[in-house]
Amino acid sequence: MQATQGIGKPAKERGVSGRTFRAAAWLGWQIESNWADPLIFFIYSVIKPLSGAAILVVMYSVITNGAFDDPMFAYIYLGNAFYIYVAAVLTGVSWTVIDDREIYRMLKYIYIAPVHVPVYLLGRGFAKFAFGSLAVFITIAAGVYFLNVPLDLSLVNWPLFAVSLTLGIVMLAMMGLVLGSVMLLIVNNANFMGEAVAGALYLFSGAVFPLSILPGWLQPVGYIIPISYWLELLRRSVVGQVAESFPTFSQFSDIQLLAILAGLTALFTILGFVVFRYCDHQAREKGYLDRYSNF
Amino acid sequence: MTLTDRVPKNSGWRLFLQTVVGRAYPRIIGLLRELSWFFFEVFLPVLSVAAYVFIYRAIGAEDVYIGFVVMGGAMTAFWLNILWSMSSQMYWEKQTGNLALYIMAPNSLMAILLGMAFGGLFSTGLRALVITLAGSLLFNVNFEVSNYLLLFAVFMLTMVALYGMGMMTASLFLLLNREAWHYANLAQEPVYLASGFYFPIKSLDFWVAAGASIIPLTLGMDAMRQLSFSGGAELGFLPVRTELIILVALCVVFLFGARWLLKYMERLAVREGRLTESRR
Repeated sequence: MQATQGIGKPAKERGVSGRTFRAAAWLGWQIESNWADPLIFFIYSVIKPLSGAAILVVMYSVITNGAFDDPMFAYIYLGNAFYIYVAAVLTGVSWTVIDDREIYRMLKYIYIAPVHVPVYLLGRGFAKFAFGSLAVFITIAAGVYFLNVPLDLSLVNWPLFAVSLTLGIVMLAMMGLVLGSVMLLIVNNANFMGEAVAGALYLFSGAVFPLSILPGWLQPVGYIIPISYWLELLRRSVVGQVAESFPTFSQFSDIQLLAILAGLTALFTILGFVVFRYCDHQAREKGYLDRYSNF
Repeated sequence: MTLTDRVPKNSGWRLFLQTVVGRAYPRIIGLLRELSWFFFEVFLPVLSVAAYVFIYRAIGAEDVYIGFVVMGGAMTAFWLNILWSMSSQMYWEKQTGNLALYIMAPNSLMAILLGMAFGGLFSTGLRALVITLAGSLLFNVNFEVSNYLLLFAVFMLTMVALYGMGMMTASLFLLLNREAWHYANLAQEPVYLASGFYFPIKSLDFWVAAGASIIPLTLGMDAMRQLSFSGGAELGFLPVRTELIILVALCVVFLFGARWLLKYMERLAVREGRLTESRR
């Protein structure tokens, strides 16, 4: 009785959420990293994103004979590097549902534990964010040192970068929460969902080519994808001169883009919790929480 | 008369063939039972192909490179099938408890792997065909095949060598647990890079390309590109006939290697008690 009363108090709720987040992040870290010794795990974490970037580098180099000083190269390279966050955070949060329901079969135990489930999902995503950050850092560092990506630390607009990055990561986590919530109701193809969404966003967000390259009828899709604005802000803050070379979002000032990003982050935060609440209720009603498909 | 008297029981090569057909069956029929999987397994590579095509267009590449990307995208289906449904299949079977049944049953593990290979080749071939058609229609790819017979021979040899390689690595995965997932995951992008899925392998350093040729798709794709596109030959790594000879050698090495390694690994896994071990 006392415990039930305690859960209802806001201070307790905050305590539960904080503990849930920390425990989930630690659990996520362990799941991701403890299958190998640290050196092998480090190599594993770095090789995959570097190979992805190297494919683009070779493609670019073959066609342009290694014109790495061209703004297009920095546009492609940095967009691809920052996009690592999308795959890590968005699919990281949503994949937790598959991980816990299908692979470890622990979701029902998470539900009966004194945790806040959406915060638990976000905490698991945080571990992926940490690994993603390592990959982003190494990819960008490799580009700067080996491929002349024009990133001068003294010219970086650090306040804009910090605010954009933070808002973007929160937005991605909330998009992941929406996707993860939907996955609670999907059994057969849930494992494809994260990849499908990340793949579609990669294509339509202008991550690796300016939106103007898309056919005219597809370009509006790029403008309604929140990640397009986030990537533009990151490019402007890190390599302003490169962003100026591509007029896709030239009609917007930095402040306007930040306002759009903040608005979208707020929207997805509300949406994330509303959709979770609905899907969570449906999943409980239909008995989906411990349904295994051997995906 | 008892029930067992009425059931014909095969042995020897008949049992071997029956096992091959029995293991291939679920792979082929599964394709028809779960069409949504087919959709996603076509849709995801087409998204990647589209992204790479638009990158090439953004940097002003010639049309032949668009064709290269479409072919590379189709071939990713085979590589993913090798990674997730051949190499790591023994790991999945271990997780679901089937592996012990395979070992206990009076059939050959080699026949089971062959069945997986035939079933996988058929279902993945269909997916690759749809990816090629979709990519070609979406991006107006012009195929100019110079020699259909040679193209067919290269494709078949590539597949035999590739699935032989998959059978060989499947036995290595007998010993793995949760790390199997990560190793399979790790073998995606680095292989797309080393094997030149989205660019001519000739663009890499000669020795890097030569080293990557241990993966049959490297030379197979290079030869198929030379035979399928106008201007493809100029971007080829080695002459097609040389690549054909190397592919024959890879077929022999991988098929015999798979047979030997499977026996060795099975003994090792039995001795170390890895066959029923389940660590997720």
